[in-house]
Amino acid sequence: MTIAPAQAELYREEKEELISGSEAIGIACALADVDVITAYPIRPYDTVMQYVSKLKADGVFDCDFIVAESEHSQFEIVKHASAVGARTFCGSSGVGWFYAFEAIAVTAGLRLPVVAMVGNRALDDPGAFGVEHNDALAVRDLGWMLYWVATAQEALDMALLAYKVAEDSRVFLPFALSCDGSFLTHSQAIVNVPTFEQVKQFLPDYDRGKLQLHPDNPITIAPQVNEDWLMEIRRQSDEAMRRSTNVIKEAYEEFKATFGRGDPSPFIEEYMTEDAEIMLVGMGTLALPARVAVRRMREQGKKVGFLRIKFFRPFASEEIQEALSKCKAVAVIDRDYSYGSPANGGVLFNEVRSAMYPATNHPHILNFIAGLGGREVLVRDINEIVDTTQRAIDTGKIEEETTWIAVRE
Amino acid sequence: MSTVAVEVVYRGIFQKSLARNIVRSIVFAARKEGKIGTAFGRYGDSPERNGIPAKQFAIVADTAEELEENLAVYQAHEVDVTINVDDTLCKGVESWGWYGLEPINKLTKPNGTLIVTSRQSADSLIEDIHQRDEPFNLSIIPAVPSFSGLWVYKDDHTDVRILGTLCKVCPQLVSLASMVEAIKDQGWSDLKITSAEKAFERANDRQVEPGEGTDSVPFSFTLPGWKTMEEGLVIRGQGSGGGFRGGEEGFQPDRNEVFKKWSTRSMRPVVNFETCIKCTLCWLQCPDTCFDITPDGLFDANMEACCGCGVCEAVCPVPECVTMVNEAEFNDNSSQWEAWQVDKDGYKKWMTVLIEKEKLVERTHGFHHVGQYAEEAAQAGDD
Repeated sequence: MTIAPAQAELYREEKEELISGSEAIGIACALADVDVITAYPIRPYDTVMQYVSKLKADGVFDCDFIVAESEHSQFEIVKHASAVGARTFCGSSGVGWFYAFEAIAVTAGLRLPVVAMVGNRALDDPGAFGVEHNDALAVRDLGWMLYWVATAQEALDMALLAYKVAEDSRVFLPFALSCDGSFLTHSQAIVNVPTFEQVKQFLPDYDRGKLQLHPDNPITIAPQVNEDWLMEIRRQSDEAMRRSTNVIKEAYEEFKATFGRGDPSPFIEEYMTEDAEIMLVGMGTLALPARVAVRRMREQGKKVGFLRIKFFRPFASEEIQEALSKCKAVAVIDRDYSYGSPANGGVLFNEVRSAMYPATNHPHILNFIAGLGGREVLVRDINEIVDTTQRAIDTGKIEEETTWIAVRE
Repeated sequence: MSTVAVEVVYRGIFQKSLARNIVRSIVFAARKEGKIGTAFGRYGDSPERNGIPAKQFAIVADTAEELEENLAVYQAHEVDVTINVDDTLCKGVESWGWYGLEPINKLTKPNGTLIVTSRQSADSLIEDIHQRDEPFNLSIIPAVPSFSGLWVYKDDHTDVRILGTLCKVCPQLVSLASMVEAIKDQGWSDLKITSAEKAFERANDRQVEPGEGTDSVPFSFTLPGWKTMEEGLVIRGQGSGGGFRGGEEGFQPDRNEVFKKWSTRSMRPVVNFETCIKCTLCWLQCPDTCFDITPDGLFDANMEACCGCGVCEAVCPVPECVTMVNEAEFNDNSSQWEAWQVDKDGYKKWMTVLIEKEKLVERTHGFHHVGQYAEEAAQAGDD
């Protein structure tokens, strides 16, 4: 796709914008010069499609922008576009994401590096717009990389990283950016927008090589197979996901060198974790009240830290083990549920607890379900979580493995 | 080390761009002073409905760490300044994401300021505002509430007049100089800068003491817990209804005891019971089934159910039998038919004055009669 002159002009110099996380991803699409974008409205994801259509209408972003007749077609279109070598973007929320599930599954199966934004939203019914993580988490087993964003700046940054990693031929897997509905999709923050030149330097063109569907490269994809084929195909995807860990590390180092910002690790963020006796664990915008609570508790001399899991897939088991095995107790805060799961706990809790099994030191691991349906998680909720966790340390036993926070009895 | 929060209370869609201009300009101006900020709408109000009360917020802080506590929230937990851009919302705010009726000054900090765009006097506005235990300041910008549409913006300088006033009544937020810079940066005209500066010069406020204002208790309700809530996402149907006000005659439908209307509407129907021909059209066509049938076969609009859409006025075949009147003229949800029963002459005088006054004012939204839009469009074409 050609770059519109206005598009080049708009991003000639670094600048600050007051934008939402969705708008930040829209700008990242323009900076990455995405070729094909498909859309189908559903809150809160629709904020990104509105912004992309505005950029296109303003003549500052030249892309094929296709409003499909359903989420299923929306994801089918980018899947096909990606197979012929187009850089693609799409997204959805809640049950809209679920309506596209057949396409979502085959996108990973075909190793197509589609980048999608999931505006996290509670699954219907009841109809609700607020954030829960169950929508995006549903793809956790399928070969999608899954990243949980905490700020609008991170949304822009990681959208760029997503293309770099997904389109790496060692990986060729789709990438979903999970953005908490409302808190990221509908709140505007000051974001540093990089230049076209910087992005060009960081992000090479998408080259599908010998896998590209093209008349000059006659291939067939997506055949029917039997039991004598499928396991090897699955193992290939498994290997690609395993390889993604190093690709992410490389890409992140390059990102930091190019744009001058980033954390020590692409997979996790550790906040005041040194010497922490209690470690809080969570994803997404939960980091904001968690960091405030941790700062206040540190001022009172309480040894509390916060571990934010950024990549849910690939799950950085070793880094997480290392970060958590030093403390006395871990409180995993899930903005999701998994009815009937071990401990009737959340998805994140069960992943963390499973990752901790091989560790030599085993802290208590407690689970807290909080902030469902977009309910705010307040500093006082975090305080309650820490108090409960402290009791487990003091008494040496866990009263309840899973506790629901701020739910009316 | 400080955080300053401002909320804008407005009518959804009609004033969305106005609210957005205000909150974004605040963050831009604060940025000029090296502060950091966020601007956002209350998620529960969105997607907005025409005229339904909504809120947007601007929060600025000296440091990113201080701001962090105000991120990932549905709304600010308290504000230094409440800006109300439609004076009928002084009666309270009810979002369509139903939180009940919230006093306009609910989030305003003690000694904080409520800015209102209005042609009403301070005393008249205070009659509508709920009492509270701590004093606050009321600053009035003389203006007709500014209404636009989804795709158009009426650039009548209400935004910059509010911003200029804001710099005066809340100097800890940003200076006027920074605000002027922020206005320039957005490519707005020099005239808008002048308007902001004039508003700054002319800004005044008056302290509202504890005990001033209406003593009516805002409607509230208790949300059930998970152990008491019925399972299976069931909402029980309402009964079919019974006699008017529980009597033998007439009819009124059973209504949801919790979901009531106050400031959702910006206009309400005023009925001339003497010219009513009992044709039933208002009763049939009302989308909220808000008309109760009186024992004498008339139709009494129940204000706990009316959302002010004006369909009754549009379908009524009798001239001036149903007239939509601005909510600023009313202080409660009381029955017009009951008032008429008590004093028919008094009611007629009251109604006549209101209707004559209504004819003279331009409505903030909607039209006086069916076909008005076509007439105005034709006239605009001639011009």
